[in-house]
Amino acid sequence: MKEPSKRQVGPDKPPLKERGPELAVSILLMLLAALVMKDSVRVGIDWADDGPRAGYFPFYIGLILLASSATVFLSTLLTWGKNHALFAEREQLATVFAMLIPMTVYIIAMVWLGIYLPSALLIGYFMRRYGKFGWLPSVSVSLAVPLAFFVVFERWFLVPLPKGPIENLLGL
Amino acid sequence: MDEINNLMQGFSVAMTLPNLVYMLVGITLGILIGVLPGLGGANGIAILLPLTFSMNPTSAIIMLSCIYWGALFGGAITSILFNIPGEPWSVATTFDGYPMAQQGRAAQALTAAFTSSFVGALFAVALITFLAPVLAKFALHFGPAEYFAVQLLTFCSFVGMSKEPAAKVVASMMLGFALAAVGMDTVTGQLRMTYGFPELLKGFDFLIAVIGLFGIGEILLTMEEGLAFKGKSAKLNMRVVLQTWKELPRYWMTFLRSTAVGCWMGITPGGATPASFMSYGIARRMSKDPDSFGKGQIEGVLAPETAAHAAGTSALLPMLTLGIPGSPTAAVLLGGLMIWGLQPGPMLFVEHKDFVWGLIASMYLGNLVGLIVVLTTVPFWAAFLRIPFSVIAPVIVVICAIGAYTVHSSMFDVVMMLVFGVVGYLFKKLKYPMAPLVLALVLGDMAEASFRQSMLLSQGSLSIFWSNPLVGSISGLAVLLLLWPLWSMFKNALHAGEQRQFEA
Repeated sequence: MKEPSKRQVGPDKPPLKERGPELAVSILLMLLAALVMKDSVRVGIDWADDGPRAGYFPFYIGLILLASSATVFLSTLLTWGKNHALFAEREQLATVFAMLIPMTVYIIAMVWLGIYLPSALLIGYFMRRYGKFGWLPSVSVSLAVPLAFFVVFERWFLVPLPKGPIENLLGL
Repeated sequence: MDEINNLMQGFSVAMTLPNLVYMLVGITLGILIGVLPGLGGANGIAILLPLTFSMNPTSAIIMLSCIYWGALFGGAITSILFNIPGEPWSVATTFDGYPMAQQGRAAQALTAAFTSSFVGALFAVALITFLAPVLAKFALHFGPAEYFAVQLLTFCSFVGMSKEPAAKVVASMMLGFALAAVGMDTVTGQLRMTYGFPELLKGFDFLIAVIGLFGIGEILLTMEEGLAFKGKSAKLNMRVVLQTWKELPRYWMTFLRSTAVGCWMGITPGGATPASFMSYGIARRMSKDPDSFGKGQIEGVLAPETAAHAAGTSALLPMLTLGIPGSPTAAVLLGGLMIWGLQPGPMLFVEHKDFVWGLIASMYLGNLVGLIVVLTTVPFWAAFLRIPFSVIAPVIVVICAIGAYTVHSSMFDVVMMLVFGVVGYLFKKLKYPMAPLVLALVLGDMAEASFRQSMLLSQGSLSIFWSNPLVGSISGLAVLLLLWPLWSMFKNALHAGEQRQFEA
């Protein structure tokens, strides 16, 4: 694994077991099911003169979702002490977050800065941080890729992509 | 021999120069998508779909379906050379393909994989050619109850045939249906489950879900393996290809079996991934020398590749004839058809004959072109994988973001893509299947509409679903498939402790 050593978590921390996330996801699904059913009741789950009302179908969808996620929830609880299947090693989780966090920042930045500048920064960050590339290749690749997308999408296929203050400044 | 005539007509549509160029472009893009982790058939096509909005529908679908063939071919390259399945359906190919590459038989493995993909697809296209018109004619008599029964069958067969726990299949499917119901109700115009957010008015677009679940989710999953990519170079010369081809007819039985498995799993929406595993398992069980599997047995490459391609191709049959996709990728193509103003289903065969037969003809040509392209360009694609993942990964994230944005030019969709990406990662880790979610999201509105229409016809009595032999047998089959897990649970309890051979 090419992960830099300072990010590595000590071996004393045990790997993440499957049962925790399993329980969390099933609870989330049950909550969603409750939301679906609540709103279905609001719009009406019974019959009107002209047939089933708008909540009829979704209500049962919500009910089945509740039942199935409750099944997962209960079976996770029942096998809690016996199930030691792994979700992921700590190091693996660390690399996943090494992607997830910059990606989240990237998408939030897109809202204000458009797509081009954040894309260049994201690619540059990864190449410098994890690829151990020098400045020259990092900068040239991270500028070339968004530029290529600009040409293909905006010029060639005429599909506008989100732009920010920098693009406005350049008058694009 | 109406079909042959129609097919010839189709060839004349597909064989025009622009369409052949689109085919070549599609295949090349497809292989690239198949080779890169995080980009796959379904999300690759979803990302490129907005670019085709202005093209004429026939050329657009030829290009998009060729991307699909290309992705099916491309997945095998990484499995064999790098032990990294580029696509979920090529996981089974790594079992014997990678050992073969390690023994210096990479060229044979690649030739075998490409050829068997081609054979599987060819059989499946032939099946489509002759079965689709019949099925379409038959489906013209379908009413809402029949449609709902077929949709029910689609979803029940997921429960019956998945390897995943039934509760999780059902939960994932219901989540899809629930997401599909968000927004304006098409019948009464009431708002459902928007909870006051104006962004939710138009509901969740399945294209965004596909890009997030399969694209971002896959990238996160690949990150677990770290950022290291170890390359192995491969050359493919004509002599080895011809030698391998001479060997292949010996395995005709494997081809036939795997094609049958693939076509069946493709039409009933099992999809390419379970088909490849199932076919691998059967090939091993039927083999005279089952111990050689996993150590570089050429049959272990042939079986999953044939089945995956046959399934991937035949998944288009229910999509074209009934408007019910057999796989997430078929669902994306279906979405494309609707955007271009073509309503998939039996009427397509009556009203847009040129389009349908052009597409079918392009499947023959596309696979042939694909076979030639992959056989001649393997070293080039292998070189692509030597680009470090620290460059590839952020570029793929950018591509996914662009793809999600261009669907509706909405930033909200890009944020949703990230949410779906995290869901995709969690679902994959916890073994919730994603195909039912996507298909339910696509078919949700349709299924609800046909259910409500049938309820109106019957005045609220469920008995309409067994009111005549046709709808009765479809619903009966659906219930049977739904109960299948119970039967296999019972069977497993009988000889418990045995097996547990391969986990995906």
